Amino acid sequence: MIIAEKKPIEEIIEEVKPYDRILVLGCNECVTVCEAGGKKEVEVLASALRMYFIAHGQVRTIDERTLERQCDHEYLEEIRDIVDNYDAIVSLACGVGVQFAAEKYQTMPLLPGVNTVCLGANEDRGLWTERCQACGSCVLARTGGICPVSRCAKRVMNGPCGGATNGKCELGPDTDCAWQLIIDRLKALGRLDDYEVVAPIKDWSTDRAGGPRTVTREDVKI
Amino acid sequence: MRLKIPTSFRIVRLPCTGKLDVIHVLRAFEKGADGVFCVGCLEGDCHFNEGNFRARKRIEQAAQILDKVGVGGDRVRMYNLSSGEGPLFAQYATQMVETIKALGPSPVRLMMEKSQAA
Repeated sequence: MIIAEKKPIEEIIEEVKPYDRILVLGCNECVTVCEAGGKKEVEVLASALRMYFIAHGQVRTIDERTLERQCDHEYLEEIRDIVDNYDAIVSLACGVGVQFAAEKYQTMPLLPGVNTVCLGANEDRGLWTERCQACGSCVLARTGGICPVSRCAKRVMNGPCGGATNGKCELGPDTDCAWQLIIDRLKALGRLDDYEVVAPIKDWSTDRAGGPRTVTREDVKI
Repeated sequence: MRLKIPTSFRIVRLPCTGKLDVIHVLRAFEKGADGVFCVGCLEGDCHFNEGNFRARKRIEQAAQILDKVGVGGDRVRMYNLSSGEGPLFAQYATQMVETIKALGPSPVRLMMEKSQAA
């Protein structure tokens, strides 16, 4: 899922200062799961903002709403009838949601409330780590389920490089060498012969380097 | 036990301090509270295993937020005691009230009262 982190509240306060009536808009999907932008975080942020402005003698209206998602038209439409009551929206959705809401409500300032970090998994309580960089041409079948694009610093397709030491990347002792992990996994799967096969040059045109991507499904269009 | 406790606070009972969420603390301040104290079981003795640990983390989060908005993180605190320690509760209660009296009224309450008077 998309992993995001709450923006520091000082930053959000600076963002909203010019506006009088603010809607804090949360999202019930990824940002809820990584505890950054769901209903609970919306409540806390709205309460904190109210207290800040009251304590500083300023008047502001701060309302709260959480949508199922902010990356689908049907959910963003749910606020169409209340949007004119506000001067700005602080969206706690990921970057996708903030932008999609901004496109839908063109005259409404959309302010981000979280920093979108990566695509990742919830490894442990309070720990989310990156696993995928959406390269568009998945090679996980060849690498035993470990991604050399997101987890290898150099994104090599036939690793490891010469920098790996004791299974750690040359970036530092906290970063595992992805290719060490891949070799260990292929060994455990009994597929070390696959490792000997040299991978072909990767098609990077489907990566972000090839420009913003779109997915079109003619079979579902009506 | 006929212990002397100050009367200037209100007790909200929970089945476990693990039920306390950050928003409950913040809302109390929004409504004009000068301080919020969470009294939970001794660490390791929680009937629900880690409820009091969660409460401690949430109190810390609330304190950070209150610092950033200008209310003051010293107005929230976590205490741990056993339900058999009556005199200790009395001592903590007195300590709580004295801490808050020294800090003065919450800026939120002051401003709300000022705007209501105006």
